[in-house]
Amino acid sequence: MHFLSPRTNLVLLLLAIAAVAVAPFVAYPLFLMKLMCFALLAASVNLLVGYVGLLSFGHAMFYGAAGYVTAHAVKVWGWDGAAGILAGVGTAAAIGLLTGLLAIRRQGIYFSMITLAFAQLVYFIALRMPFTGGEDGIQDVPRPLVLGLIPLHDGMVLYYFVAALVGLGFWLIHRVVHSPFGQVLRAIRDNEPRAQSLGYRVLRYKLLAFVLSAALAGLAGSLKVLVFQLATLTDVHWATSGEALLICIVGGMHTLLGPVVGSIVIVSMENYLASFAEWVLIIQGAVFVLVVMLFRKGIVGQFYAYLASRRPAA
Amino acid sequence: MDSFFGIPWAALIGQLMVGLINGSFYALMSLGLSIIFGLLHVVNFAHGAQYMLGAFVAWGLLEYLGIGYWPALLIAPLVVAAFGLAFERLLLRRLYALDHVYALLLTFGVALLMEGGFRLQFGVSGQPYPNPLSGGLDVGVTFLPLYRVWVILAALAVCLGTWFFIEKTKLGAYLRAANENTPLVRTFGINVPRMLMLTYGLGVGLAGLSGVMAAPIYQVSPLMGSNLIIVVFAVVVIGGMGSILGSIVTGFGLGAIEGLTKLLYPDGAGVVIFVVMILVLAVRPHGLFGRAH
Repeated sequence: MHFLSPRTNLVLLLLAIAAVAVAPFVAYPLFLMKLMCFALLAASVNLLVGYVGLLSFGHAMFYGAAGYVTAHAVKVWGWDGAAGILAGVGTAAAIGLLTGLLAIRRQGIYFSMITLAFAQLVYFIALRMPFTGGEDGIQDVPRPLVLGLIPLHDGMVLYYFVAALVGLGFWLIHRVVHSPFGQVLRAIRDNEPRAQSLGYRVLRYKLLAFVLSAALAGLAGSLKVLVFQLATLTDVHWATSGEALLICIVGGMHTLLGPVVGSIVIVSMENYLASFAEWVLIIQGAVFVLVVMLFRKGIVGQFYAYLASRRPAA
Repeated sequence: MDSFFGIPWAALIGQLMVGLINGSFYALMSLGLSIIFGLLHVVNFAHGAQYMLGAFVAWGLLEYLGIGYWPALLIAPLVVAAFGLAFERLLLRRLYALDHVYALLLTFGVALLMEGGFRLQFGVSGQPYPNPLSGGLDVGVTFLPLYRVWVILAALAVCLGTWFFIEKTKLGAYLRAANENTPLVRTFGINVPRMLMLTYGLGVGLAGLSGVMAAPIYQVSPLMGSNLIIVVFAVVVIGGMGSILGSIVTGFGLGAIEGLTKLLYPDGAGVVIFVVMILVLAVRPHGLFGRAH
C-alpha cells in the first residue's frame, strides 16, 4: 500500500467495496461467502506470521471451536445471531488466551509445534464431547435473526452481513498493523531482544496479538457455520490450519491483501477441482512446494515488488 | 498376588507393553527429528510421511517382489533415506539461508504431496502386513507377543546406537561441532553441506526404519504418518530437542504413561500426552531436557 498514493488507495477501496456489492449477482453467493470466511481465517494467521513472526499451525482450533459454539448456541439454545457469534468469538479468544499463555513462551518452530499439538487436543475433545455430534458434527444449524431484526435466512441479507463482518475484521487488522501497537509487534518480529531491551513487555504484546488473531479466526469460524449451517470435525482438523497457511503464502505473507487474493485463488481452485476431491491434498502440497521454492513473496508481494521496481524510473 | 492396587497384573503388563511399543516409535521418530533439527535447524514436517513411506516400501517389497520383513528392514530405510537425500539436495538446501518458516512450509508441502499421492493410489483403508515373528513369551502372569518384544528391543538398540554414533565417534563429533559453530568447522576443511545432507538422510532413514517396524503392528495406511507426527511433536516439545538421551527417555516414558492411562482412564489415553505437554510448558518452558536459547 505504500507504493500507491492515498487517492489511489481510496479509489481502490471504493472499487473493492463495489466489487463485493455486485459480486453476488455475478457469482454464486455461497461460494463468495466461503471465500470471505477463508480470507478472514488466513488474514488472522497472517497477522501472526506476517507481523509478529509466529507461525501458527493450530488456527483450526479457534476456527472450529467458535463454529461449534455458535452452532450449538443458535441451534440448541435458540440464541440471537449476534449472541451466537459473540459466544463463538469469545470461546476462540479464551482458547487463544489459554494456549497463548503457554505457546508464546517458546519461539520459532517450537511455537508451530505447540500450536499444532494444542489444535490436536481440541480436535480430540471435539471428537469426544457429546454436544459436537462427533463424526456427524452439528447439522442443520438455523440462520437466526441478528439483534432481532436482521433476517439471515434471506440469502442476500446473509451475504451482505457476512461481507460487512469480514470487512470489519480486515479493517481491524489494518488498524492494528498500522498502529503503534503494530509497530512494536514488527520490532519484536525483527529483533526480539532489542525490543525487550527498549523496555517493551514482549510476551504481553505477543499474547495480545495471539488472542486477537484467535478471535478473528473464531469470527471466521462462526460466520462459516451460519453460511453452511454445519459445524464439523473438518473445521478443527490440522488440514484446515494448513489450508489457511497455504492461502497466506500464495497471496503473500507480509501483505494485508495477500489473504484475500490467496483465498480467491485457493478456494476457486478447490471449487473447480471438487470432482477430483482425492487430488486436493496433492495439489495443495504441490502449490506449497512451488510457492516456497519459486515465489516466496506470494502474488500480492510480487506485485508490490514490481511496483517498487518501477518506481525509480517513474 | 495377581493384582496391583486392584489392577490385574496381566492387564497392567499388557498395557505397559502397548505403551512401550508406541513409545518405541515416539523415541525413534523424535530422535530423527532432533538430529535433523540439531544440525539443519529445520523441523521436518515430512517426518510422518517418510515414516509412512517406509511402511509402504516394506509392504510393496512383499506384495510385488516377495521380499520379506527382514530384508525390508534394511532396504526400506535406505530407500527412504535416498529419497530424503535427493529432497535435501534438490529443494531443502536452497532454503537454509532464509527464514526457517520456509523450510517448515516446504516439508509440510512435501508431506501433503506424499500423503495425497498414497491416498490416491491406495485409499485410506489400511493394508495388512503379516507378522514376521509369530509366537510369544510366557512370562508367568501374561503372554508377551514375540514381535512386540523385538520392536521394543530393536528400537532401544537403534536409539542407543545412534546416541553412541553421535556422542562417541569422530563423524559424530564433526556433527556436534558443526551444530555448535558451522563457520569454524568449515574452516577446518570439512564439507559442511554434505554433512547436512547426510544428517538429513540419517534422520529420514530412522523414520523409514520406524515405518517398517510399525507395518506389522499398525495397518499400513496413508494416514499413519500424520496421525503419529503430531503426537511426536508434542513429545519433542516435552523432551526438548537438546539431547539425544532426552528424546529416548521422553519417548519411551510417554509411551508408558499413555499405555497406563488407557488402563486407568481409557477416555484420557488420546489426550494424556498433550496434557503432559501443557504441564511441562507451564513448569519448564524449554522442555525437560531442553536448553534455553
